[in-house]
Amino acid sequence: MATSRIAHGGGIALGAALSLAWSVGAHADLTLNMPQGVTAISHDVYHLHMLIFWICVVIGVVVFGVMFWSIYHHRKSRGAVPAQFHESTLVEVLWTIVPMMILIGMAVPATGTLVRMYDARDAELTIKVTGYQWRWQYDYLDDGVKFFSTLSTPQAQIRNLAPKGEHYLLEVDHPLVLPVGKKVRILTTAADVIHSWWVPELGWKKDAIPGFINEVWTQIEKPGIYRGQCAELCGRDHGFMPIVVKALPEAEFRQWLEQMKKDSTSQTAQNDSRAPIVPGGQTL
Amino acid sequence: MVETREAGLAAANRRMVRRLLLVTAAMFGFGFALVPLYDVLCQVTGLNGKTSGRVAVVEPMKVDESRTVTVEFVASLNLGAPWEFAPQVTRMQVHPGQFYQTHFWAKNLTNQPMTGQAIPSISPGLAASHFQKIECFCFNHQRFQAGEGRQMPVTFRIDPELPPDVRTVTLSYTFFQN
Amino acid sequence: MSTASHTTDHATDHDHDHGPARGLSRWLLTTNHKDIGTLYLLFSLLMFFIGGAMALVIRAELFQPGLQIVDPYFFNQMTTLHALVMIFGAVMPAFVGLANWLLPMMVGAPDMALPRMNNWSFWIMPFAFTLLLSTLFMPGGGPAGGWTLYPPLVLQTGSAFPFVILAIHMMGASSIMGAINIIATILNLRAPGMTLMKMPLFVWTWLITAFLLIAVMPVLAGTVTMLLTDKFFGTSFFSAAGGGDPVMFQHIFWFFGHPEVYIMILPAFGVISQIIPTFARKPLFGYASMVYATASIAFLSFIVWAHHMFTVGMPLAGELFFMYATMLIAVPTGVKVFNWVSTMWRGAMTFETPMLFAIAFVILFTIGGFSGLMLAIAPADFQYQDTYFVVAHFHYVLVPGAVFSIMAAAYYWLPKWTGHMYNEKLGKLHFWLSVIGVNVLFFPQHFLGLAGMPRRIPDYALQFTEFNMVSTVGAFLFGFSQLFFLYNVIQTIRGGAKATDQVWEGAEGLEWTLSSPPPYHTFTTAPEIK
Ligand SMILES: [Cu+2]
Ligand SMILES: [Cu+2]
Repeated sequence: MATSRIAHGGGIALGAALSLAWSVGAHADLTLNMPQGVTAISHDVYHLHMLIFWICVVIGVVVFGVMFWSIYHHRKSRGAVPAQFHESTLVEVLWTIVPMMILIGMAVPATGTLVRMYDARDAELTIKVTGYQWRWQYDYLDDGVKFFSTLSTPQAQIRNLAPKGEHYLLEVDHPLVLPVGKKVRILTTAADVIHSWWVPELGWKKDAIPGFINEVWTQIEKPGIYRGQCAELCGRDHGFMPIVVKALPEAEFRQWLEQMKKDSTSQTAQNDSRAPIVPGGQTL
Repeated sequence: MVETREAGLAAANRRMVRRLLLVTAAMFGFGFALVPLYDVLCQVTGLNGKTSGRVAVVEPMKVDESRTVTVEFVASLNLGAPWEFAPQVTRMQVHPGQFYQTHFWAKNLTNQPMTGQAIPSISPGLAASHFQKIECFCFNHQRFQAGEGRQMPVTFRIDPELPPDVRTVTLSYTFFQN
Repeated sequence: MSTASHTTDHATDHDHDHGPARGLSRWLLTTNHKDIGTLYLLFSLLMFFIGGAMALVIRAELFQPGLQIVDPYFFNQMTTLHALVMIFGAVMPAFVGLANWLLPMMVGAPDMALPRMNNWSFWIMPFAFTLLLSTLFMPGGGPAGGWTLYPPLVLQTGSAFPFVILAIHMMGASSIMGAINIIATILNLRAPGMTLMKMPLFVWTWLITAFLLIAVMPVLAGTVTMLLTDKFFGTSFFSAAGGGDPVMFQHIFWFFGHPEVYIMILPAFGVISQIIPTFARKPLFGYASMVYATASIAFLSFIVWAHHMFTVGMPLAGELFFMYATMLIAVPTGVKVFNWVSTMWRGAMTFETPMLFAIAFVILFTIGGFSGLMLAIAPADFQYQDTYFVVAHFHYVLVPGAVFSIMAAAYYWLPKWTGHMYNEKLGKLHFWLSVIGVNVLFFPQHFLGLAGMPRRIPDYALQFTEFNMVSTVGAFLFGFSQLFFLYNVIQTIRGGAKATDQVWEGAEGLEWTLSSPPPYHTFTTAPEIK
């Protein structure tokens, strides 16, 4: 019968299309997956993500495999005669208990990772991150260094009047500078509406809520520049308040901090929260 | 016969509607009841780092000299209010059970009298219920004359029951302009 | 499961059986469940196209990096209204429409229990949505803070704000009235012998859904009322300045919001549980466990809400509780999927359009379930939260999930409703274009989210370009293939091959004992259930 052939062919076509998408993605060097990141926590999160993903794939292959086998063999057009069974306590109990076991297997490592994420003890540096509509402010609490970090992509690029740069929309005038190998505590809050501070390479995001303070921590393993974005809708220019973290070796970080302290009076602590959204500026 | 059955059905339907409307009203009320419930939950679990208000009865506590906790002070301004607002010191080493006092500096940068209100938040949230404020500028609205600046005190103590793995407590104030 | 004897012929000479009134007043004043069902379904189809047009605006803007078509603020209005229109205007009314048409016929009742209230609950909807959509033309534009209405952002809405709240109250009132009607119908009007455990699964899932509606729509009404008083009457439920807390809004909102998710999917489970046995020509596997699974999903839906808020900064114990509770939902959901597969197992299957949509539902909804399980893992959610991974997840659950089930239902019962067979070839074409379109549209969004693209942004960094292009192509393919559906439905209403009473060889249940189309009034004398 034509209909069943279509169904069967369609299933194969869909499967083929999906695997094609995977392989094209892999060959074209597109980013398909969560980054492994540059902290112990981000590695944990990545592996957790992959573990759950593969468990889902295996379950999917088994369940859909059975289904497609049935779709192929138990067709009326192949002369299948319907059975009349409609329950079986044994299998029903089984497929309640087995998934429970699998879930427990997932919950154990997830709990471990979560507990480690919540352990902000013994940080060596505390930085307050404040979300504004639409930029970030970084405050090195113990050093009196405090500055705004604003998108530095020129308007012309956004309006398609100039070619877009390599880090289009992911570049700022003043990045957050952090030392490598030190445990840094980050306090998030906001001055107007809720924002969310997210750098994928660090392995988490945290909401910045006006009137409240949240704490997280990170310990970056290698120097580099890591980019992220505000992740909670915060109004018109929510898409235009990126985050750039510049991780420096300890000594260079100290040097940078001393320099910042020296000219702190000149360029920091401006309290005007209504600056133009996309000023030009030095680009990282 | 049919009449009575239909009448009985209509009555059953009316009863059902009444009951379900009652449930609806109750759930509407429940939405509002969640507000005080949430506050209770916050007090118990320290959800969101909300602190309790003024401590009514100051009971003596044993000072735990063997333990030192770092208290960090953080100041933020809401909506870029035209104020200066900063802690006097950014951190203090304290012993649980002992009273301490520190100050926050605030200044009205406009040429008009202004009123503000500081809202406290504590991190980690678990520490909130172990953080007692005996005196705090956050208990009241603060009125400032044009250009006036002053130090505002906060007197606090950390309960020795503070979970042992908490070593740093952040006390944050956000200054809202009224 | 059950058969009725000689009911249809009898009804004709009963004095209640006057035909429908003529003209507009038929539709305005009707209290007939079939008419109201039709109204709901047509309204939902209209909203589906309006919400879909908004989605195409969004996808068109996202075709390339840079701002091309709309202003970011208008973009935010589109994402907000697209969600509100699709959830409250398309998906929910479609299921209420199906309930109106089918519940009385499935339980052997002459009509819904409260016909006049039925009329009101429908006619509120056009007013609510006219109001909601008109906010786009108000000073300051429509709502742009996301359908989740988080304060303080939502309080920045312009003059549209009170009208949005009013529109939400109206939709809520309509849903609650609909739910009361459904519960009264199912509990009071079942034909003698139709015990609870003999009810078709569509009836069961709707019974449970209706209770969910009554439990959570008032909570939504309460919380948006608090937003209103915060904005205009000086309360500070959600403002830290007055001792309130914006996070509390999220808790109350999601206390409504998570059950809302199941309000949109449980009736879909019901539809699929009707269709698969018909085309497998084999009774549903595990009827009782289906009922229990539905009930436990409904129960669990009340204790998992904070999985939408893993990143707001809850204490560790809270995160763990909501993570474990959310993971548990996988168990009853899995039971359902296994039962559907077992129903197909050793059946004698044919693959007409409703069955194709049902099979696609099982596969693609399950993919959405897998990503849901991944999202339940709190530490991993710190990465997924508020990215396109979430967008992909809930669209898999809602489009090839809820929407596909509605389409399957439409093809499945359309011959019964109209008396005409739809065009099978066109139906299949619609199915294949939809299933390809929906995957091209949403599958790449998983990759976008994992690679770091936040949701609700009008412009993006260059590394996200390719997948956004693919997704947009899929969106237009999916969107325009729905015109085949529209055409097919219109043609079937206007004429076509005569449908038999049973329509499908394997169909069982009271509605298939009626003529196609059924008389205006059915089961004025209760059928006998074997
Ligand atoms: Cu944002
Ligand atoms: Cu949910």
